Amino acid sequence: MITALGPVASELGANRVVRGVKIPHPCGDPTLERSRDRALRIGLIRGSLRALATKLDKAEIFEGEAA
Amino acid sequence: MSAAPLRVVHYVNQFFAQLGAEEAARTAFGVREGPVGPGIGLQKALGDGGRVVATMFCGDDTAATDLPGLGAAVEGALRDLGADVVVAGPAFNAGRYGLACGEVCARAVAMGIPAVTAMNVENPGVELYRRRTYVLPTTPTALGMNETLGRLAHFAVRLGRAEPIGAPADEGYYGRGVRKTRILQRRAVDRALDMLAARMGGAPFRTELPLPAVDRADPAPPVADIRGARLAVVTTGGIVPAGNPDKLKQSNSTEWRAYSIDGLERLEPGKFESIHSGYDASAANADPNYVVPIDAMRELERSGAFGAMLPRYYVTVGVGTAVGEARRMGREIAADLRASGVDAVILTAT
Repeated sequence: MITALGPVASELGANRVVRGVKIPHPCGDPTLERSRDRALRIGLIRGSLRALATKLDKAEIFEGEAA
Repeated sequence: MSAAPLRVVHYVNQFFAQLGAEEAARTAFGVREGPVGPGIGLQKALGDGGRVVATMFCGDDTAATDLPGLGAAVEGALRDLGADVVVAGPAFNAGRYGLACGEVCARAVAMGIPAVTAMNVENPGVELYRRRTYVLPTTPTALGMNETLGRLAHFAVRLGRAEPIGAPADEGYYGRGVRKTRILQRRAVDRALDMLAARMGGAPFRTELPLPAVDRADPAPPVADIRGARLAVVTTGGIVPAGNPDKLKQSNSTEWRAYSIDGLERLEPGKFESIHSGYDASAANADPNYVVPIDAMRELERSGAFGAMLPRYYVTVGVGTAVGEARRMGREIAADLRASGVDAVILTAT
């Protein structure tokens, strides 16, 4: 799950959590210039793919990957 | 001889502090003198028992995305305010507000100041904070405001005067997980047989040991081959085709839909919109990929980071949505995902 409320999500049952940007725009940042915003979004999906491929025993919060 | 009125400090969010709705959800923490918004009703309900000397406030987004930061700000404010008791909310079904109220009260309690808040049973703040502060139940919406302020005021005065508080079921607050030993007159075997007879006869009875509703799943095994995996996006952010053709509800959702992204490289603004009433939709309407990140996923699909995207995404609205409804929708969506050969899901939440 990509959400800005990472700790809340993981405490309430979401096991693979990626820390999103902000509540109204978890998958991007409208204050960034277009290409950097796009890179940020790609990084969040990459982080999500890594979380999906990681073996877990309990809930974990992952960060998006740097470009 | 009547006691001096207690010094009550109230906490509200940006909306009840009359600073604006979602567009003001990032208001920084602040303190006002005296009561504000529902604090005025709280003052009335307190009568001579208490005086709302100050109102702390904070934007719901600011609070919920940094609860420790809110707690630190509250601690700093309370050090100078000389509060006898803290009252937060009521938050009803507002999730971010409920979390903030819980954190405010928990921090006060940790400083030795009694505190009480109130919210609906569905509010995530209940589960996260009921063990750390008194949380009173409420109706789902602010229709119950006056009645709730009355209960909060009464409870706050008792806390401020250090009066003993009885069991949750008797006093009307969510269980705090505290065990108090009592000696009962009747033996356990007699009580158990009475309960059994009532249950078999269809009569009401009250269990002495309510089992907690555990709703945790063990982490699913990892995707073995992410480069070959079929992925889908599921969102509670309420992104739908422009015009909301299936008239999905903007809150208290009971339905979900799947919409085609076949052949789409991204979600175009103007072709998709946010109908979610619980967050400021301006960013999502200007670029729906901020909530349903199809553009980034297509790029990674092309570069082989994963196998393929399901040609549709799933959507419901996650504000004021009952846990039971969410559970059912989750099961239904999962069945559809399985039938579609999906290996893994990226969920996005606002």
